[in-house]
Amino acid sequence: MADAELLAAGRPQAHNLDPARSFQGLILALQQYWASWGCVILQPYDMEVGAGTFHPATTLRALGPKPWNAAYVQPSRRPKDGRYGENPNRLQHYYQFQIILKPSPPDLQELYLGSLRAVGVDPMLHDIRFVEDDWESPTLGAWGLGWECWCDGMEVSQFTYFQQVAGFECAPVAGELTYGLERLAMYVQGVDRVYDLNFNGLDGDKKVTYGDVFLQAEREYSKHNFEVADTAMLFEQFKMAEAACQKYLAAGWQDGKREVHLMALPAYDQCIKASHVFNLLDARGVISVTERQSYILRVRELAKACGEAWLATEGGGR
Amino acid sequence: MPDLLLEFFSEEIPARMQARAAEDLKKMVTDRLVAAGLVYEGAKAFATPRRLTLSVHGVPVRQPDIKDERKGPKVGAPEQAIAGFLRAAGLTSIDQAKVQADKKGDFYVAVIEKAGKPAIDVIAEMMPEVVRSFPWPKSMRWGAASAKPGALTWVRPLHSIIATFGPETEDPEIVKFAIEGVAVGNETCGHRFMAPGAFTVRRFDDYVDALEKAKVVLDASRRMDIIRADAKNLAFAQGYELVEDEGLLAEVAGLVEWPVTLMGSFDKAFLDIPGEVIRATIRTNQKCFVLRDPQTAKLVNKFILVANIEASDHGKAIVAGNERVIRARLSDAKFFYDTDLKTRLEDRLPKFEQIVFHEKLGTQAERIARITALAGQLAPLVGADVAKAERAAQLCKADLLTEVVGEFPELQGLMGKYYAEAQGEDEAVAHASEDHYKPKGPDDMVPADPVSIAVALADKIDTLVGFWAIDEKPTGSKDPYALRRAALGVIRIILDNQLRLKLLNIVATHYGVMAGLVPAIHALATKKKKDVDARVKPGHDGVGGELLSFFADRLKVQLREQGARHDLVDAVFALEGQDDLLMIVRRVEALGKFLDTDDGKNLLAGVKRASNILRIEEKKEVTIYAGGPNRDLYKLPEEETLADEINRAKIATKRAIENEDFEGAMGHLARLRPFVDAFFDKVTVNADDKALRENRLKLLNEIREATRAVADFSKIEG
Repeated sequence: MADAELLAAGRPQAHNLDPARSFQGLILALQQYWASWGCVILQPYDMEVGAGTFHPATTLRALGPKPWNAAYVQPSRRPKDGRYGENPNRLQHYYQFQIILKPSPPDLQELYLGSLRAVGVDPMLHDIRFVEDDWESPTLGAWGLGWECWCDGMEVSQFTYFQQVAGFECAPVAGELTYGLERLAMYVQGVDRVYDLNFNGLDGDKKVTYGDVFLQAEREYSKHNFEVADTAMLFEQFKMAEAACQKYLAAGWQDGKREVHLMALPAYDQCIKASHVFNLLDARGVISVTERQSYILRVRELAKACGEAWLATEGGGR
Repeated sequence: MPDLLLEFFSEEIPARMQARAAEDLKKMVTDRLVAAGLVYEGAKAFATPRRLTLSVHGVPVRQPDIKDERKGPKVGAPEQAIAGFLRAAGLTSIDQAKVQADKKGDFYVAVIEKAGKPAIDVIAEMMPEVVRSFPWPKSMRWGAASAKPGALTWVRPLHSIIATFGPETEDPEIVKFAIEGVAVGNETCGHRFMAPGAFTVRRFDDYVDALEKAKVVLDASRRMDIIRADAKNLAFAQGYELVEDEGLLAEVAGLVEWPVTLMGSFDKAFLDIPGEVIRATIRTNQKCFVLRDPQTAKLVNKFILVANIEASDHGKAIVAGNERVIRARLSDAKFFYDTDLKTRLEDRLPKFEQIVFHEKLGTQAERIARITALAGQLAPLVGADVAKAERAAQLCKADLLTEVVGEFPELQGLMGKYYAEAQGEDEAVAHASEDHYKPKGPDDMVPADPVSIAVALADKIDTLVGFWAIDEKPTGSKDPYALRRAALGVIRIILDNQLRLKLLNIVATHYGVMAGLVPAIHALATKKKKDVDARVKPGHDGVGGELLSFFADRLKVQLREQGARHDLVDAVFALEGQDDLLMIVRRVEALGKFLDTDDGKNLLAGVKRASNILRIEEKKEVTIYAGGPNRDLYKLPEEETLADEINRAKIATKRAIENEDFEGAMGHLARLRPFVDAFFDKVTVNADDKALRENRLKLLNEIREATRAVADFSKIEG
């Protein structure tokens, strides 16, 4: 245990996990909180996605009648938001903390406020506000109503009652909470530049910052996303993912009848893939305004078909 | 009489919907009360972020009794008919019906007396429908109940309803009705954080007091007053002045139940950014107010925020948090502004080739080329330098591609001006970026500099001609491209600057530009009008005239609003080829003055008399009495004198009109009055001699024709 002693300067310290001191402490506090309410704590989905909503645990599980309560961190890739590590707030890769509760519980707002208390935001000291923000994802064929949650004028979460996903009415409605983890951490740590966030909660030369972990990646991926990503390959990949998705969807219908589906999840993976490839092409600036709309529609068609397939699976509550 | 109290307690209602929702609630409930015969004394509605409240006072205890008579069959009618009547009238025996006689004999009449129901029951019956059909702009389902079809919808989850009814002197009763998943009673909660507990209420008065104690100000206008007064005081105490913003104030009042106004500051270095950008950043993104120095009228590095809580540290943490966010936002804005300054406006233009203005009207680049061409043509007509007008037109849209305008679309034009100034453009060229959008509404200023005028007219005329060419005209209340505003803009620019423009010419030429500059993409025939492409020339026949009459209509509205008589406007527009708006208005003015004089009134009477006779005779004979009368056929001196005077007046009016002296022209016409009067006095138009009669009718026509030089008198009322 010599290494461990070296890191923790003697022995493990609880305050290293104080959400106001460490990024990972914030994540752990949120996980702890939502786990204590009975959420399934999942690990990130192992594919590139633009937002936590794309995780099948949200997109697909929000459909159908079965109750579902889950929480997870999801690394989110927004190729266009890369700033070569030079902007204090913008990243092409960041973390979302995602909660999905189906059906939406009657005290969802109170539960949410409890999670803020759990990470050290005292609503008697801060100005917490629910400001109208209707959510819509054209690529997922989804929309909902809710708010952006403000803490002292800073948007720290999105709060949405899903009404429709993949073109299907949500029955029952699921509540979705999305915390922008870096932003929330910057708030509780009192830091103005994301790369200055304390990641591990230690001090001095033991301290690991967000920049230590991610700055190099931000620089490299920004160059990749904007300048070098192989567009010929990406166009090809988009077509392949689209074709594969359609193929798996077609092959998944049991006995060729549109009643029971056996392969919604693998098909949906290809939909996610197509969406991310599209985002990369978009960042490379090779998709014109008019084409853009048609790509979005193509992904939406895939998402809708996957939603339909999911509703015909046992997991989807057929 | 009893009062009704309703409160709908929900999760946060969007600020922009609150006022309307309160009014809708009032209307829905009071309309139903009145329809049920419950005429109330008064009603007030309120909204906060979490509640919609309605107080109706002076509601009758019960509905009035209703007596209804239903006529039945004849006495002695077949049994089946009587049975049917009994069933329909709800009677058990025919003895319960009255017998009434009319001219055909005796009839049964059922008297149905419906006792009025207690008001509380009527209210209980109507409430579920009020809740279920509430007209939210957007509503949603929630919770477990949303699994079933037909689930309740509301703007956000609805938690509880207060519904109490009763007289002032007693404890009111709870109105009993059921809405799935929502508690109905006399309980509500206070402020989300400062007084979250539930409490019961009786009626409106104690409800308002209890809310106040629970840190909720029910009335939005009171919340606005509190914020306005506190913000002004905070500013004043430090020697600043609040930049008032009623729209923001209303929004902020819709975001808090208990307004707490605080002041924060930001780094002075940000004051290098244009004030409008600072204000837009702080207002749009943070919903905070900005302050200025009353001496210089320039912004200072302070802002006012409105929190929803009396924080335990007196707002220190809240101010610090807001300051951090505003610092980050202003850093972004400064970055955008500095980035924008690095690219010259003209270097942005090629990008417009990729941006479609309208599917059938080509790209933004094509539109800018058209505006530039038109501005160049208009320049000499409005006293502008051609080169400057063209340069200004080329640059006037470039700021749409800047970062700042991308972030704050409301700053379009203004940023163009700043960037043009920064790159050393001529002052008139720079100002045209901002001023060519004007006037944006009835209260907005009209551009006065010739370069701005040329570009403003070109921008608006291109829009109008374009949408007319593709047949996308405003219909009824629908005017998605704001074409009425564009036409009114053209009118105001022309009139305020006293411009002389032949609109018909300009519009016709611009159709040519539209067809010429941009090749037709769709080779469409003119079968279906909707499919006409702006770039297909044959589709444009007659469009110029249509567009001109659109201008005429807008001008009429405008003149009417200024108090001009609409019949005078019609009388001038009825003349052929009137497309010079300034002259039209002058004519209308001169005509108005003329008709205020005795000569004018009498001449009008004479001309009307002549016109009426002509109309009747022309209709009878199916002919038109045109062409000069024959001198040899004049029998009476009054005929001859009138003919001579008309000729003299015609020549004089023509000359006066050529000199644009409309009052003079009217004066010449006025001199006809005694001769017209004398003619009608002494001369019988309907003479027996056919030739004589025709000649006199032709003379009447001459009167009509002479006055047509200034207006069509037949359109004038009175």
